Amino acid sequence: MFSNFDFQVIIDALPYLFLEGMVFTLKLTLLAALFGTILGTILALMRLSGVWPLPQIAGTYVNFVRSLPLLLVIFWFFFLVPFIAQKIVGSPRPIPIDPFLTALITFSLFEAAYFSEIMRAGIQSLPKGQVAAGYALGLSYPQVMRRIVLPQAFRNMLPVLLTQTIVLFQDTSLVYVLSLNDFLGIAGKIGQRDGRLTEMYLFVALVYFLISFAASQAVRRLQVHTAIIR
Amino acid sequence: MDKVVDWFSIFWQESAEGTGTYAYTLLLGLQLTLEISVIAAVVAFVMGSIVGVCRTLPSPLARRLSGGYVEFFRNIPLLVQLFLWYFVLPELLPRDIGMWLKQVPYSNFYTAAFGLGLFTSARVAVQLSAAITSMPRGQKLAATALGLTTRQSYTSVLLPMAYRIVFPPLTSELLNLIKNSSVALTIGVAELTQSARNMDSYTFQTFQAFTAATLIYLALNILVTMVMRRIEHGVAVPGMLVAK
Amino acid sequence: MNTAATTPNSAAKQSSGVPVIEMIGVSKWYTPEFQVLDSCSTSVQKGEVVVVCGPSGSGKSTLIKCVNALEPFQQGDIFVEGVKVNDRATDLPKLRSRIGMVFQNFELFPHLTIMENLTLAQRKVLKRGKDEADAKARKLLQRVGLSDQAPKYPGQLSGGQQQRVAIARALAMDPVAMLFDEPTSALDPEMVSEVLDVMVELAREGMTMMVVTHEMGFARKVADRVIFMDLGAIVEDVPTEDFFGSPRSERAQLFLSKILSH
Repeated sequence: MFSNFDFQVIIDALPYLFLEGMVFTLKLTLLAALFGTILGTILALMRLSGVWPLPQIAGTYVNFVRSLPLLLVIFWFFFLVPFIAQKIVGSPRPIPIDPFLTALITFSLFEAAYFSEIMRAGIQSLPKGQVAAGYALGLSYPQVMRRIVLPQAFRNMLPVLLTQTIVLFQDTSLVYVLSLNDFLGIAGKIGQRDGRLTEMYLFVALVYFLISFAASQAVRRLQVHTAIIR
Repeated sequence: MDKVVDWFSIFWQESAEGTGTYAYTLLLGLQLTLEISVIAAVVAFVMGSIVGVCRTLPSPLARRLSGGYVEFFRNIPLLVQLFLWYFVLPELLPRDIGMWLKQVPYSNFYTAAFGLGLFTSARVAVQLSAAITSMPRGQKLAATALGLTTRQSYTSVLLPMAYRIVFPPLTSELLNLIKNSSVALTIGVAELTQSARNMDSYTFQTFQAFTAATLIYLALNILVTMVMRRIEHGVAVPGMLVAK
Repeated sequence: MNTAATTPNSAAKQSSGVPVIEMIGVSKWYTPEFQVLDSCSTSVQKGEVVVVCGPSGSGKSTLIKCVNALEPFQQGDIFVEGVKVNDRATDLPKLRSRIGMVFQNFELFPHLTIMENLTLAQRKVLKRGKDEADAKARKLLQRVGLSDQAPKYPGQLSGGQQQRVAIARALAMDPVAMLFDEPTSALDPEMVSEVLDVMVELAREGMTMMVVTHEMGFARKVADRVIFMDLGAIVEDVPTEDFFGSPRSERAQLFLSKILSH
């Protein structure tokens, strides 16, 4: 059934696919995971702070974002960001923003909601006595968070955070709808141009599979490793 | 007040597609979203249950097959999976079947529904098998000691409890599934998100169109959460913890 | 400094100026219907060892957690060396750093080594230099007999060892008083004595201590006073000999007969 397959198309496209497309995808994934984790941690701390109105603000944001499809959020941001930039700069008309930057803002803000739930679970799963012990030693709230709570929550949740990053890696393929030059986007464009969509999509699926599978196996090994230490 | 009426008036305009008002366009989109979600949920539940049980069976073959199934569906982006089913599969099948597949009416709708169902089934399978293995080993032993066969111990002892344990995570999988159904727009299904985009491209009232879709998704989310919580409490075993 | 306290029950400590800990009519409610502390008043003088006992749920753990404001309370006042705990203006971290606390579940920080557990607060709260903090930590580890464990992580130690580290961690802050919240009740029986030995030695050196415990042997040996609590109230607050000799309340008698029959 592969008799009329044209593998040359894939081979010819390899440099473009990886040096351009996969670099875009990986850059977007890693940066969005980084900013998402930072924002998510802040949201989780706000949510658990008990200082009105921080928990309400963070909770509303997280629940709101989490009930929307990522695609709709992507459309929203690509529509809104130029207007927001206009407001910030005070320009007379919407400012076109670099698509990568817009995608990065979108995914960071979207993923922050998911990462914040992970960090919140991590913080809440710590025994209450840990916080009490920190206070009893005279540490202040920021010190207790920074030295005792967050390092432990982060370490305990690392496998989950990484798994979420693998999901994010796959989710970045959705920028296809904006015809950006991510891995899938470029494969689609080449496939369309050469009339070889079958080959290109099969190859894309294989690459996504190999990367995600290898990454999730690595996370599993990490999980076993940390489980032993604890 | 007038301003508010103004703001909403766009929804009562006849749509450019000539099938009714824009509000009606959005409702049609919602209907497609719901239809895809229902079919996908059934597929996900049935396949997820079968594969999830296989993951816990002693047979190495069952474990390996179910393991491969889960890895396949979990490690390829949903969008790419839909493309595989929609564009690639008909090319790989024997010519006649492939041609027939391409001509099935609403093939993009069914591809989206089943594709989404299979994608979600892998996640359901993981949750279910985790729930089964998390149950005390004594449960399985007790069932076996009573003379139940493997099949009987699953259907009458392990699964009834396991389904209750996975109820909360299954609820969030259902919510994910509804959100993920928007990916169907990539193969040309005018579900809710796409119908908002259609309205946008005819009217340029982007803000209104997206706001309407957003509110509908929010409402759907709240509704499903409430219904699932109702069911969860309804099937709860007295004396076991249920989240408030 | 600690001239008063080489032997328990010396009358001298009872009258040495401002008490280290003073509680006046402390009451606490979890909900309007559910009261956990019912106007508790007592005081602990410098060098004094006070054991707090009572049936579970009597509020004894809650009471000592009020001393360093780990638990808020709605009524009454607590003073530590004359400083009001329940005053918004009080610098709580500073006050807490002057009172050592040992928890039922040790609460060592699992992501830090034993050494780091002992030096974290010294450096961040007391602003001690690394060398000074390390030296102090080493001295205290030696004192609790765990010098060789410094580079390990808490998870690698037994329960008894962890609790001794926790005591050393509290002592590293040079506290004016130590609070113990059921320090031996999460331990396997064979590890109880290694922890109690450290506590006895501490008491003999004149440390001011407030100890929630069911270890009546410990109470008899080193306590100056015993406080018996029930249903959130202090039922008895008497010298140790009186408590074991002839508890006045029926509830305390019942409690003692249950505890001592084991």
